[in-house]
Amino acid sequence: MTRYELVAGLEVHCQLATRTKLFCGCGTDGFGAAPNSRICPVCTAQPGSLPVLNGRAVELAFQAALALGLRLNRISVFARKNYFYPDLPKAYQISQYDRPYSQHGGLDISVGGAVKRIGITRIHMEEDAGKLLHEMGALKLDGSLVDLNRAGVPLIEIVSEPDVRSSDEAYAYLSALKEVIQYVGASRCDMEKGEMRCDANVSVRPVGAEKFGTRAEIKNLNSFKNVKDAIDFEFRRQVALVESGGRVTQETRLWDAAKQETRSMRSKEDAHDYRYFPDPDLPPLVADDAFVARVKAELPELPAVKRARFTGQLGLSAYDADVLTGDRALADFFEKAAAAAPKGAVKTVANLMATELLARLNAENKTAADAPFAPEHLGRLAELVAAGTLSSKGAKDVFARVWETGTDPRTLVAELGLAQVSDDGQVRDWVRQALSANAKAAADLKGGKEAAIGSLVGAVMKLSQGKANPALVRTMIKEAVQS
Amino acid sequence: MSTDLTELSAVRLAAMVRAGEASAEAVARAHFARLERLEPTVKAFLLVTKDLALAQARAVDEKRRKGGTLGALAGVPVAIKDNLQVEGVETTCASKILKGHVAAYDATAVARLKAADAVLVGKTNLDEFAMGSSTENSAFQKTTNPWDPARVPGGSSGGSAAAVAARMVPLALGSDTGGSIRQPAAFCGVVGLKPTYGRVSRYGLVAFASSLDQVGPFSRTVADAALALSVIGGRDPMDATSARREPPPAALPVPKDLKGLRVGLPREYFIAGIDPEVEAATRAAVEVLRGLGATVKDVSLPHTKYAVSTYYILAPSEASANLARFDGVRYGASDRSAKTLEESYELTRGGGFGPEVKRRIMLGTYALSSGYYDAYYAKAQRVRTLMAGDFKEAFSEVDLIACPTTPTPPFRFGEKTEDPVAMYLSDVFTIPSNLAGNASLSIPCGRTAGGLPLGLQLISDVFCEAKLLSAASAFEAARPFPVFKE
Repeated sequence: MTRYELVAGLEVHCQLATRTKLFCGCGTDGFGAAPNSRICPVCTAQPGSLPVLNGRAVELAFQAALALGLRLNRISVFARKNYFYPDLPKAYQISQYDRPYSQHGGLDISVGGAVKRIGITRIHMEEDAGKLLHEMGALKLDGSLVDLNRAGVPLIEIVSEPDVRSSDEAYAYLSALKEVIQYVGASRCDMEKGEMRCDANVSVRPVGAEKFGTRAEIKNLNSFKNVKDAIDFEFRRQVALVESGGRVTQETRLWDAAKQETRSMRSKEDAHDYRYFPDPDLPPLVADDAFVARVKAELPELPAVKRARFTGQLGLSAYDADVLTGDRALADFFEKAAAAAPKGAVKTVANLMATELLARLNAENKTAADAPFAPEHLGRLAELVAAGTLSSKGAKDVFARVWETGTDPRTLVAELGLAQVSDDGQVRDWVRQALSANAKAAADLKGGKEAAIGSLVGAVMKLSQGKANPALVRTMIKEAVQS
Repeated sequence: MSTDLTELSAVRLAAMVRAGEASAEAVARAHFARLERLEPTVKAFLLVTKDLALAQARAVDEKRRKGGTLGALAGVPVAIKDNLQVEGVETTCASKILKGHVAAYDATAVARLKAADAVLVGKTNLDEFAMGSSTENSAFQKTTNPWDPARVPGGSSGGSAAAVAARMVPLALGSDTGGSIRQPAAFCGVVGLKPTYGRVSRYGLVAFASSLDQVGPFSRTVADAALALSVIGGRDPMDATSARREPPPAALPVPKDLKGLRVGLPREYFIAGIDPEVEAATRAAVEVLRGLGATVKDVSLPHTKYAVSTYYILAPSEASANLARFDGVRYGASDRSAKTLEESYELTRGGGFGPEVKRRIMLGTYALSSGYYDAYYAKAQRVRTLMAGDFKEAFSEVDLIACPTTPTPPFRFGEKTEDPVAMYLSDVFTIPSNLAGNASLSIPCGRTAGGLPLGLQLISDVFCEAKLLSAASAFEAARPFPVFKE
C-alpha cells in the first residue's frame, strides 16, 4: 500500500508595529475603535489622493527580514494588485510582486528533538484591506457596511518554501516565526487582533516521489491550532481522494473550525487576473548601504543567540534558557535582574523568575514588561537567598510583598524582620525547647528512626515563626540528640 | 473709462491689488461681468463659484487693509480644471459617475493658489477624466473655441484654455497627460505650460495616467505662466513623485536676444500630413528665434513614430487601475437598483462612464492582462525609455526643441469624434514630452488665413523651465499675439 507524505508551505501576514498606516498618517489603532474613525482622503481612496510610503514600516520590515536571514534587495518595487471588492477602496492593493524587498532566508525549527530548516522564499510589504460588516451587534443588516480603519495598515507577507512535512512542523514554524518577529519588534503578532494571519498551501505525494502534488490553498486560519487541524484534515482528505482514484484540484479552500473541515471556496478557473503592474505613484524603494547599516544596528539580539549566551556565559540550564527567552520582555527583565545580582546568584535569579515571577505574571495575564516592580529588586532578592539571609519560603513571602509594594527586598527584610535566624545561641535554645516538648520523637530519632527529625524541625520552625535557618536547625537537632 | 481689468495680466493685477490701485473685489467683479456675458456661448465652466470667489476677494482686501502681506497672486482670478480637488466644491471630472461629488480636501496646487491669495472663480470643463483632445467627451456640455464657436477649444483642458482666451480669467490650471494643456492652448491662442514631471504636485489631481499627468497653468503671457509655476511648483510631501527642487523664480528677466541659445528642429516632426499653415507658421516662428540670435539645427528623435502607440498602451493601463475606485461604494454615482455586488459594479460603472473612458479602461485592462503584459505594457515601457533617451541625446546638442504644438489648426465639432485614432493623432507632437517627462509649452505663433490661432511648442530638458520660459518670453516680445476681442 502506498504511503503518502504531506508537502505544505505557509503564507503568513504580520501587521508591522507602526503608529501610522503604510501610505498615510492615520493611526493603526483602529481595532475595536468606532468604525471609520481612522480614515483620511488617502486610505479611503478619495479621487486625487496619493500614497506616501511610511519610513518606519520599511525599517520594521527590513528588521524582520534580517532576523530571518533573508537577502535584502537594494531596489524593490511596489505594484498594484487589481481587483474589485468593497473593502478595497482603490480597487487595487498596493503590494510588492516581482521585485520584493527581501528573498531567500529560512528559520530553524525543532520538532521531536530534531532541528530542521524551513526555507523562506520571500517577504514583501503590502497594505491591508478594510473590513465588511454584515451585522451590528444583534442587528442583521439589510446590506453590508464598510469599515476602513484597517485599510492601509502595513503588513509583511512571509512566504515559506514548501518544506513543511507535518502539521507539527507547521506549528513549530509558526511559533518560531512569531517569536522572532515579536523579538525584533517588527510586529506584535496578536492573532486575536488579526495582527498575524496564516494561509497554508497543502499537497500530498507518495513517499519517495519528487514531484509535488496539486495543492489547495487553505484560508481563514486564525490560530496555530487551526493551522495544525486544517493541515491534518486536508492531508487526510487529499490522501483519501487520491486513494479512491480521484484527483486533487487546484483551488482555494476555507477552514471551518466549528465543523473541523475545509471546503471549496473558489476554483482555479475563478481565480482573479490581478493585472499587477508597478505603481506609478511610488518610486522604486532604494535600500542603500547606510539604510541597511542603520536597520542592522537597531536589530536586537535574536532568541537563538540569546539562548546560547544564557547557557554558555551565564551557566543556565537549557530548560531555564528556553523559558527565559520565551519572550523579549521576560528576557530583558532577566538580564536586568541578573545584572543586579552577584555572579553566584544568577542561577537563583533564573529560579525565582521561573517560579515566582512567571507564576504571578501568568496568573494576572501580564507580560514581564507589566511587572509592578523594578527587575533589579529580583536580583537583590536572589542575592538575599544565595547569602542565606532568606529561606526559600521566606523568599516566597518577600517576593509577594515586592510585587505588591514595589519596595526593595532588602528594605522589606530589615523592616519586617524577615531575615532568617542563623544565630547559634537562639537556634540552640529553640531546639532544646522542641526536644523537651516532643520527647517521643526525640527518642525515636535517637533510636535510629531518621524520619522522626521532620516533626522536630517543624516544631523549631513553628517556635521561630519560620525564621530559623532550616539547615542549621537540622544540624543542631542531630548534635543535641547524639550528645 | 478706466482700464479694462480683464485685459491685464496676472502679474499686473496682483501688483495693482498689492499696491491698492484696485481692490481684489473689483478685479473679481470685472471678470465675473465678462464671464457672465460670454459664458452662454463659450461654456467654459461646469461650475462658477461666484459667492466663494467674492468672499475670497473681500478677505484679500481685508488682509491688505489690516496691513497684512499679500501673496504672489493677490486678488488674481483663477479658474480650475474640474479634475482638481477644491475642498467643499463639486469635482466631477466632467463625468456622470462623479456628479455630486464634493471634494473633501484641496489639491496641493489649489492650496498653494489659495495661500498666494488667488481668487478661485470656478471649475472648468474638460473631456471626461481628461481623456480626449476636444473637450467633446465632457458628459455635460461642449465648450466652444472663443475664436470660432463652430470649432473645438481642444482638450482635454478645453474649458481652462477657453476661459483664459476669452478673458474670463487671466490664469487657469489644467492638467497635461498627453498634450491636454498645450494642445488647447494652441487652439485657443494662449500660453500653456506642461512642467517637468514631478515639478508640480499631483496630490488632488484626479489621476488619469499617474506617470504622465502633470498640473500646469494657462495664461495670456509667458510671465504669468512663470508666476503661476513659482506658486504651484515645488516639493510636496503628499506626492512621492514630486521632485525635491525649488521651482524657478516668479519673475524671469526677458532676455534682449537669444544669442547662444541652440534650438533643435526634430526631423521626425515635420512630416507629410502636417497642415501647411501649421508648418508655415512654425517655420516662421523658428525664423523669429533665429532673428533673435538663436542658432537653429536639425535634430533627430528617432522613436517619435512609436509615441502615440506607446502612449495608448501606457496611459490606458494606468487609467484602468486609477478609475477602478469609481465603484459606487464610497462617493459619486451609485446604482442602488442592483441585486448583487457584481451587478452594482456593472450598473454604476456602465451607466457612469462615457464611451471614450470605457474604451480606454478596456484597452488598459487588456494590455495588463495575464499573458499580454510583456507584449504590451512591458514593451511600451521599454520604448518609453528609448524615447527619453532620444531627448537626452538631442539635449546634449541643443537647449530647446521647437516644433508645432498640433498637426492641424482647431477643428470643427464632430470632425473627429467618429474616428478615435484621428483624434488620438491630434496629440502626436505633444505626447513625446509626457513620455520623456520633460518640460514643454505652447505659445501662440500666428493665425491661419481664417484667423484661427496656431501654437509653437518649445520643449526643454527636465527641470529647465527657467530656460524654456525665458526663451518663450523673448519670442513673445518679438511676436506679440493679439488679445481676443469679440
